[in-house]
Amino acid sequence: MSIDTDTAAKVAKLARIRVEEDDLPALAQEFNTILGFIEQLSEVDVEGVEPMTSVSPMRLKRREDVVTEGDQQDKVLSNAPDAREGFFAVPKVVE
Amino acid sequence: MTDLNTLTIAQARDALRTGETSAAELTEACLKAAEGAGALGAFVHPTPDLAREQAKAADARLKDGDAPDLCGVPLGIKDLFCTKGVASQAASAILEGFRPEYESTVTQNLFDAGAVMLGKLNMDEFAMGSSNETSTYGNAVNPWRRGNEETALTPGGSSGGSAAAVAADLCLAATGTDTGGSIRQPAAFTGITGIKPTYGRCSRWGIVAFASSLDQAGPMTKDVRDAAIMLRTMCSHDPKDSTSADIPVPDFEAMLTGDIKGKVIGIPKEYRMDGMPEEIEKLWADGTEMLKSAGAEIRDISLPHTKYALPAYYVIAPAEASSNLARYDGVRYGHRAKLAQGDGITEMYEKTRAEGFGDEVKRRIMIGTYVLSAGFYDAYYNRARRVRALIKRDFDEVFAAGVDAILTPATPSAAFELGRESDDPVEMYLNDVFTVTVNLAGLPGISVPAGLDAQGLPLGLQLIGRPWEEGDLLNTAYALEQAAGFVAKPAKWW
Repeated sequence: MSIDTDTAAKVAKLARIRVEEDDLPALAQEFNTILGFIEQLSEVDVEGVEPMTSVSPMRLKRREDVVTEGDQQDKVLSNAPDAREGFFAVPKVVE
Repeated sequence: MTDLNTLTIAQARDALRTGETSAAELTEACLKAAEGAGALGAFVHPTPDLAREQAKAADARLKDGDAPDLCGVPLGIKDLFCTKGVASQAASAILEGFRPEYESTVTQNLFDAGAVMLGKLNMDEFAMGSSNETSTYGNAVNPWRRGNEETALTPGGSSGGSAAAVAADLCLAATGTDTGGSIRQPAAFTGITGIKPTYGRCSRWGIVAFASSLDQAGPMTKDVRDAAIMLRTMCSHDPKDSTSADIPVPDFEAMLTGDIKGKVIGIPKEYRMDGMPEEIEKLWADGTEMLKSAGAEIRDISLPHTKYALPAYYVIAPAEASSNLARYDGVRYGHRAKLAQGDGITEMYEKTRAEGFGDEVKRRIMIGTYVLSAGFYDAYYNRARRVRALIKRDFDEVFAAGVDAILTPATPSAAFELGRESDDPVEMYLNDVFTVTVNLAGLPGISVPAGLDAQGLPLGLQLIGRPWEEGDLLNTAYALEQAAGFVAKPAKWW
């Protein structure tokens, strides 16, 4: 499995990270090095083995589906790069 | 009395309780040491005002006779922990300016016990690295040097600032986190003790997430006793972390008897790597002999899937990171890129993330995105999770056969020079070859300094314990520490 620059560009797009055209070949090369290392996993016989979901066998706790810590608009917005009138502000999404 | 900043937690606790010193004096000594240690790049956000305020409160508690073990003890806190009102940016430019409105559970536990925070400590960006070279703050530097050489060495990573600060006596102890070895490898590189507890022991709430199924916090300390004391305070059941274990936390310090007669110590043959330096080999053999002399039974064991731990890790950790780091989008906190005319929300995301993340973080996010993408999910991600199940099974079987702890080297080498391995990501990944299995299996692991190499650099041994049996593990580590008698300190050059 080898990654070309088109695949590298597609992955960058999926990850929402801008990568300049000129940097794609080097990125593809790095992916190939890492995936080549990961490739060893195909040697392992995993027949009948369930993928691990949780490392310690414990049941997740449940709680009531209610608001526990609400009414903190100021705190929630305090670190926003752009907050206006009690909302996070972003570039126009809907034309 | 010796310089106050060189005390262990246990020594400070006793001196504070007898009134021989005060939290204020202890804190000033550490602040002074930290101030003069800029060359180590350890503290990245000093908090002297907060420290003095906390020390004052601690002295009042001590006076009232209401002083838990850590009351008045000055600590450094890894930048990965969210600390209320104090910059917490996981050594990333994307969290520039972020000041949490909340406190992580682990730091809250420490503060409730009266601990003093001197400041935030350097680390690899988002804890992704093994040399502290991916930090937006610049490198942390190892206080140890090779003989009389002036070459700057790595303190390891990702908790490199924590390791450097403890080894150089800038604080009494520090918090670390460990996703693939990030407590144990830097501890080994700097001649200190570091324990990663069982997954679920410490709440992950308020710790910036890297790979949620692997991340655990733990203490980095000057000796095993301090690790026992500090770990107890860090651990708790926390309803805010659904994977936090609802089981009692024992008094680990009380379990340090040093008696390991009859304990079975496993020596895994798969950890004998090709090209392993002779000194590491010898250290391991010496450590084995020490435990044997202390009355333990030594047993050769096999953990057949060890070889596949690193490749499995480099699927699972990036996959989880790609999900966790999706939150850095320039909307709610941290950096937002300046936008050009006509840029929409997608350009905002892409530019913000391109500017805010460093190269290694981008690389891992994208690898994670790839292995989770349609068509590759089964081949990579699910296969890696199945291999992970086999790695855990290896350990389960060995423990079921009566092994109490497993002894291995902590790292494949001593600290290396900064800048050496940055070109090849995979070569850097090999640093974690002995530690990463422990995270995949969710086990407790501790690194104990056990000797010096020919160039005078510290080397560590790792002990791996049964799940939830940190007390027993710490006791075995205590016996090893006593036998090894490691007392060397780096000569001050900074």
